[in-house]
Amino acid sequence: MSAAAPSKSDLFDCRDSFAATIEALAEADPRIVTVVSDSVGSSKLGGFRTKFPDRMVNVGIAEQTLVAVGAGLANGGKLPFVSAASCFITGRALEQVKADIAYSNVNVKLIGQSSGVAYGELGPTHHSIEDLAWLRLFNNMKLIVPADPWQTAEAIKAAAAYDGPVFVRVSRMAVPALERPANAVFEIGMAETLIEGVDATIIANGTMVHRAVAVAKALAAEGISARVVNMATVNPLDEAAIAAATETGAIVTVEEHSVRGGLGGAVAEVVVGTNPVPMRILGFPGFVPTGSADWLFDHFGLNDAGIADAVRQTIARKK
Amino acid sequence: MTSPVSNLRSDIAAELRAHALWIRRRSFQMVYEAQLGHPGGDFSATDILATLYFGVMRYDPSNPRDPQRDRFVMSKGHCTGAFYSVLARAGYFPEADLATYMQPLSMLNGHPNRNYLPGVETNTGPLGHGLPVATGIAIAGQIDKADFRTFVLTGDGELQEGSNWEAALTAGHRKLENLTVIIDRNRLQQGAGTEDTASLDPLDDKWRAFGWHVEIVDGHDHQQLLDLLSASPKGRGKPLCVIANTFKGKGVSFMHDNVAWHHGVPNKDQYEQAMRELV
Repeated sequence: MSAAAPSKSDLFDCRDSFAATIEALAEADPRIVTVVSDSVGSSKLGGFRTKFPDRMVNVGIAEQTLVAVGAGLANGGKLPFVSAASCFITGRALEQVKADIAYSNVNVKLIGQSSGVAYGELGPTHHSIEDLAWLRLFNNMKLIVPADPWQTAEAIKAAAAYDGPVFVRVSRMAVPALERPANAVFEIGMAETLIEGVDATIIANGTMVHRAVAVAKALAAEGISARVVNMATVNPLDEAAIAAATETGAIVTVEEHSVRGGLGGAVAEVVVGTNPVPMRILGFPGFVPTGSADWLFDHFGLNDAGIADAVRQTIARKK
Repeated sequence: MTSPVSNLRSDIAAELRAHALWIRRRSFQMVYEAQLGHPGGDFSATDILATLYFGVMRYDPSNPRDPQRDRFVMSKGHCTGAFYSVLARAGYFPEADLATYMQPLSMLNGHPNRNYLPGVETNTGPLGHGLPVATGIAIAGQIDKADFRTFVLTGDGELQEGSNWEAALTAGHRKLENLTVIIDRNRLQQGAGTEDTASLDPLDDKWRAFGWHVEIVDGHDHQQLLDLLSASPKGRGKPLCVIANTFKGKGVSFMHDNVAWHHGVPNKDQYEQAMRELV
């Protein structure tokens, strides 16, 4: 199911990849419906609505019903993709996600759009840097954080093919297409090693992966061999990839999420139970001040310099 | 698929009374043995459940996920004494399993789990979850122009949850005539009357304003319930809201309309007295 790996250095909005993929899947699978809460434009589903007007359910600005209607549509034989801003589809409807989707274990796909700090200037009400921590508690829900347009498309296809609850965290931040071998494949729960290295491992996902790649290339020039692992699936984790990362003796995780309970926390839970090594978790400390997303990345060290410093410092902690 | 409605409607009402009596006795035994449960609400909902399962709905317990089945969503998921009793009586699982109610590792949780028990459509317990899910089921039927109907039973205190009104807006907007909500209007919530807590009246006007067709019935009158719920929804052009006036603890003198029996459980003397009355 892999496509030829893109090599362009252009920047992409992964929502476009989501929209194109769901339209293509819906052509072939009449069960597919989309469910939105007045979130057609922000989900880039205008094209879907034009092609399949009877297969889009818009419940209005009502996230509890948004998620619950998704569960009901699955009961009625549909394959629903429920799409809304990640901060609201998770936080506002968290009990529906818990009881109606995860605990009921139904075949519903939740698409968290414009996640992380994409709405930087709008402030913490509209940031979604808690979503993975909340959803990670639902052990049977697959959580995918794609890093680029190819992986977003593959994640949506994999979610459609999997029978059970899935959350895909989609970003509106411009990201480049990652370089991959032509035979690259995506599987839920399988991490992707983008750069090999032996001195440290950077484990990243989503919008942070391309930054991790750039840092590893820069560190190579100063003689540091840093591995880069794209941990696109946060649940289930690729525990073998994490165990292998401990063999490099130092791990830095990087995510567009709170440092509490997200990718870093998930990796740490595995590391302490296998082969404890020095770790550093990069992300946001909690509610963050007003600023553009790029300003926030720089302010909190989620940039090339900050990630590189974290790698050097963590290597220095090796015994 | 069973299709139990026939022309012999008075005979059916008599059968429904017999089913309801059995459900009350069996559910109260479950609560007594577990020393846990919500018997007051079990009894206010019993006649509605008996009518739906033995007079109205089409379903096949040997094929519980038949795509064309009528759906029932138990939004008042705490009233599992009555709900599990009716599912067992309908043939979804052996009646003997009821003896495991709330025991360790039992499939019969305090609140229903669809992955444990056939006949459960969605996991409920937290209030205000049933109608939104049932709305989604009904939308699937609407998209497919399917014949199945979707019924949801809510408590009345439960209507204080805003999620119900979100779903009521959407169901009214989409004119989901295949959807019926039945409100177990016993006028008591956990600790007090609904009207002394966050008043719901005029409840019928609220539903009409949301685009629903409203009927008010005696929720313990099997004939009224049967006539209303078994009528074809085709052409109504609106979802149906049935306000079923009921009494918490209906059927047992000392429990009747008594808020203490929301989650009160009987001692031996109370249990034996109730069983003498439930005949």
